[in-house]
Amino acid sequence: MEISIIALPLIASIISGFFGKFIGDRTSEIVTSLLVSISAILSAIVFYDVIFNQYEANIKIATWINSGSLEVNWSMKIDALSSVMLVVVTFVSALVHIYSIGYMSHDPHKPRFMAYLSLFTFAMLMLVTADNFIQLFFGWEGVGLCSYFLIGFWFKKETANAAAIKAFVVNRVGDFGFALGIFLIFYLFGTVNYTEVFNQIPNVADEKLNFLGIRINAIDLICILLFIGAMGKSAQIFLHTWLPDAMEGPTPVSALIHAATMVTAGVFLVVRCSPIYEYSELALNIVTVIGMSTAFFAASVALVQTDIKKIIAYSTCSQLGYMFFAAGVGAYNVAMFHLFTHAFFKALLFLGSGSVIHAFKDEQNINNMGGVWRKLPFTYALMIIGTLALTGFPLLSGFYSKDAIIEFAYLSGTTTGYYAAGIGIFTALLTSIYSWRLMFKTFHGNYNNKEINIEETHESPLVMLIPLIILSTGAIFAGFIFKDLFIGYQGINNFWNESIFFLEPLSTDHPPLWFLVLTPTLVTLSIPLAYYLFVKNKNFPAQIVNFNKPLYDFLFNKWYFDEIYDTLFVKSSKKFGLFLWKFFDIKVIDGFGPDGISGLIKKFSIKANKFQSGYIYQYAFIMLLGFSAFLTFLIVK
Amino acid sequence: MNFPILSSLILLPSIGALFLFFTRSKSENKITVKYVALFTSLVNFFLSIYLWFLFDPTTSAFQFVEDRVWIEGLINYKVGIDGISILFIILTTFITPLCIISVNNSITKRLNEFLIAILVMETFMIGVFCSLDLVVFYLFFEAGLIPMFLIIGIWGGARRVYSAFKFFLFTLLGSVLMLVAIISIYWITGTTDVVQLYELGIDTKYQNLLWLAFFSSFAVKTPMWPVHTWLPDAHVEAPTAGSVLLAAILLKMAGYGFIRFSLGLFPSASEVFTPLIYTLSVIAIIFTSLIALMQEDMKKLIAYSSVAHMGFVTLGIFTNQQQGIEGSIIQMISHGLVSAALFLCVGVVYDRMHSRLIATYGGIITIIPKYAILFMVFTLAALGLPGTSGFVGEFLILMAAFKDNFLVAVLASLGVIIGAAYMLWLYKRVIFGKLINSELKKMIDLNKSEAFTLTCLAIPTLYFGFYPEPLINIIEVSISDLIDTYNFSVASKQ
Repeated sequence: MEISIIALPLIASIISGFFGKFIGDRTSEIVTSLLVSISAILSAIVFYDVIFNQYEANIKIATWINSGSLEVNWSMKIDALSSVMLVVVTFVSALVHIYSIGYMSHDPHKPRFMAYLSLFTFAMLMLVTADNFIQLFFGWEGVGLCSYFLIGFWFKKETANAAAIKAFVVNRVGDFGFALGIFLIFYLFGTVNYTEVFNQIPNVADEKLNFLGIRINAIDLICILLFIGAMGKSAQIFLHTWLPDAMEGPTPVSALIHAATMVTAGVFLVVRCSPIYEYSELALNIVTVIGMSTAFFAASVALVQTDIKKIIAYSTCSQLGYMFFAAGVGAYNVAMFHLFTHAFFKALLFLGSGSVIHAFKDEQNINNMGGVWRKLPFTYALMIIGTLALTGFPLLSGFYSKDAIIEFAYLSGTTTGYYAAGIGIFTALLTSIYSWRLMFKTFHGNYNNKEINIEETHESPLVMLIPLIILSTGAIFAGFIFKDLFIGYQGINNFWNESIFFLEPLSTDHPPLWFLVLTPTLVTLSIPLAYYLFVKNKNFPAQIVNFNKPLYDFLFNKWYFDEIYDTLFVKSSKKFGLFLWKFFDIKVIDGFGPDGISGLIKKFSIKANKFQSGYIYQYAFIMLLGFSAFLTFLIVK
Repeated sequence: MNFPILSSLILLPSIGALFLFFTRSKSENKITVKYVALFTSLVNFFLSIYLWFLFDPTTSAFQFVEDRVWIEGLINYKVGIDGISILFIILTTFITPLCIISVNNSITKRLNEFLIAILVMETFMIGVFCSLDLVVFYLFFEAGLIPMFLIIGIWGGARRVYSAFKFFLFTLLGSVLMLVAIISIYWITGTTDVVQLYELGIDTKYQNLLWLAFFSSFAVKTPMWPVHTWLPDAHVEAPTAGSVLLAAILLKMAGYGFIRFSLGLFPSASEVFTPLIYTLSVIAIIFTSLIALMQEDMKKLIAYSSVAHMGFVTLGIFTNQQQGIEGSIIQMISHGLVSAALFLCVGVVYDRMHSRLIATYGGIITIIPKYAILFMVFTLAALGLPGTSGFVGEFLILMAAFKDNFLVAVLASLGVIIGAAYMLWLYKRVIFGKLINSELKKMIDLNKSEAFTLTCLAIPTLYFGFYPEPLINIIEVSISDLIDTYNFSVASKQ
């Protein structure tokens, strides 16, 4: 049964990808959605088993690479951590499959699209159920590949193609660190199997290495290298540039890959490696700092963007930052909890925005929307739920997970922890403002679209709304229901079992009351504030922009990361490549090598040719010269 | 003595070539000629598969050994295989028939002679991988130059003569030194028999010079940086089938030579020169990847990427570890499949549009979708995506390199990033995008034989990506033995 969870999406993908032409669009859509849904139900059963029976398994499917002391298997590890991921991935995936039937109804390449979605699901499941680092890496690159395919799905769009390549290559930069991390693990432990590695960690806790001239603790180095991989996949600051561009892909893709599942793989990696990270204070601090910087950075950029999907993309970036700093302060279970709830409300928001884009016939700029909440009542209501959950409005799912992150950061008692908590609260306020800005500009105020009449906008079909409704139930209730299981005191002992490792048990204290009510209050108060700013008094934000033009430009251009990277890496590599080719290969190597030699020989032979003039007296003269030189030589000797 | 299976493998293609030589090539029997060549190479392929079945992977001793006196007291014709060589033989017999199938109307003149060149080439290649005598090895190794020289020089493109001579100049230069080294080995030890030399060992004081002489020949053929510049020119001018043979098999002779002779005969010199190899490999990986990024000609791009891929191979071999050498062999097999396929892919569009320039294309995914899918598979294999054979080799090599030297592994891993960039960018510019050039609309998708050859290459590429065990099993014992001997002789000489 467990294996079929992974196998069904793969089969779905093969059927739709290779036989889509023969079985028709509708059949491929139904087959893929059905198989992935079955996989979701099976995952739910496994999850149930894990919760109530402490079910664990490590199934070996086949040998993969067996070279010398390296042994890698295709395998499936089921424990609390992977079962959570199984449920998240298969459920969101199934819903996105169904939603896509409606969303992609006008696209000529439906079977291909469905095949990619299913293939992605397969790769993601391989990633989360791996029992060793190399299978994890397989899934890791596999999801990257599917993401590449799906971002570039509309292959005629230049921007989509560029975004697809950017996503893949930036991820490769992360993977570079990740792969080095795996090499180091193999170097130190002679194995890449999780359990075997984790068991040996305490033995090397004090081992130092000389890495490229830096003397560093071995475990610190492993953690940092792995985290570079996580930063790439989870779009953390410095390696985040691909995520906003990835919005070029169809919206269901953004919901599945770039919100709910793939981008959380980095968080999953850190949590999975908690037995290593627990021994590295340095790495945990780095994780916290990167996490909180990303949370703040992305929220600040989201404040001023105008593309509805890019706002949500930056919001994802920011929420991933929260998950990382939760992991960084040692609250891995809280990070997983936020990952879990985030999957619901972020997928909901993306699919909702897809519904809006659909209604506006592919318009994505929120300045060209507005005033349509009566026309799109369901989408509006569902997106309100998503926004409330995202901002952490009391009693919705985001409230439980995000506030828990801030609390645990505060309780960790370290300086970074306090900073993280402070930035967490401030970012929560920003989150609330940009989210409501999006909602108000999209649905309230005046109707601003000049291309299509307001009468033409329409609510989405049922096949798109039903997944939204299911997700919204999750966005409302997931936090409340699963709170005790994920982060309750009983949960730490029972549910997570061995899958998350705590060197020291998490603090069971409670932060002071004022601290507990601070975030929810700010979040709630920001709703009327946003309403005032973006609906009532629109001149006010414009004035703020005018007064702070440089700051606005800085935020609007996303802190200029793209421009800096372009000159620093892209252009310079191209220039250097051109130099190596045109100058070094052609001028130096060939110039002094074959071309130079043949040129020399040619010159020489031309000289020699001139010698053969055909005049006897010249020959005789040369002979005489030679003969006398020879004689002189003999005499002198 | 049993049935001389190795000699049969070596001679069969030549017999086919001889047969072709005596048939008059007229326009109406073009097809027949092709079938004769194909038949010969297929028989050879099945024979090599049979060899695989007979092969005993549990021993590192040479198998199917044939030993005949050639020149009394001087040279013996001695052939035999072990785990290191057998995969290369199968690769050769596998690629050759595909190559012959791919020969189509683009070869307009002297088809007969072209096929003869390919078959003779096969003889020499198999000879290289079988020979257990240095002189025999040298003869096959150098003879392989001649058909390739002719293929480029006669059936090549506009600048074929320049490229052919460049190819010849470079490769000959190294070879002369190797010949001198072989003669010296004979004077030092009194034999050129590889098996005996393995047992005798060569005195450490001679090893460094001998190693350098062999290196100069192998480095050019690999090709290693900075003696790689002949390769892009040769590829650009060579006809498709020539490029395929060159990339898939000819380049592997040097990698094989490094393992068999440099590591096997001169262990302590190999130890001394490992830093040199590391440096050149890393430079090759990074520099040529960057150069590949900037190419405008599809064939040149793939040629430069070959140099980078072979950089990984040389890096892996000299890590002198199980994972490294196994990775190198898998990388060579994988590169044999993938580069062959990529050159065939270029050939497909070249036959239709007569342009190798990337800028000619763009937006052809809807026009030739089957091609787009297969091209994607090989693009991914070339950038080393897990699940393709390219990943297994590269990853094992880097893993082994990391054990030996952090810096080298870190720098070489950078090549993996650039690799993704140039391959995906190539694919994007050729396949995706808007269809601007309206001429492209007339392109027709893969015909049956093209689809067949590319699928034949795609299947093992993916299969060995998911399940490389058959490859690893067959080479494992021979390599671990090689490493043991190596370590033993290095340790005993210190």
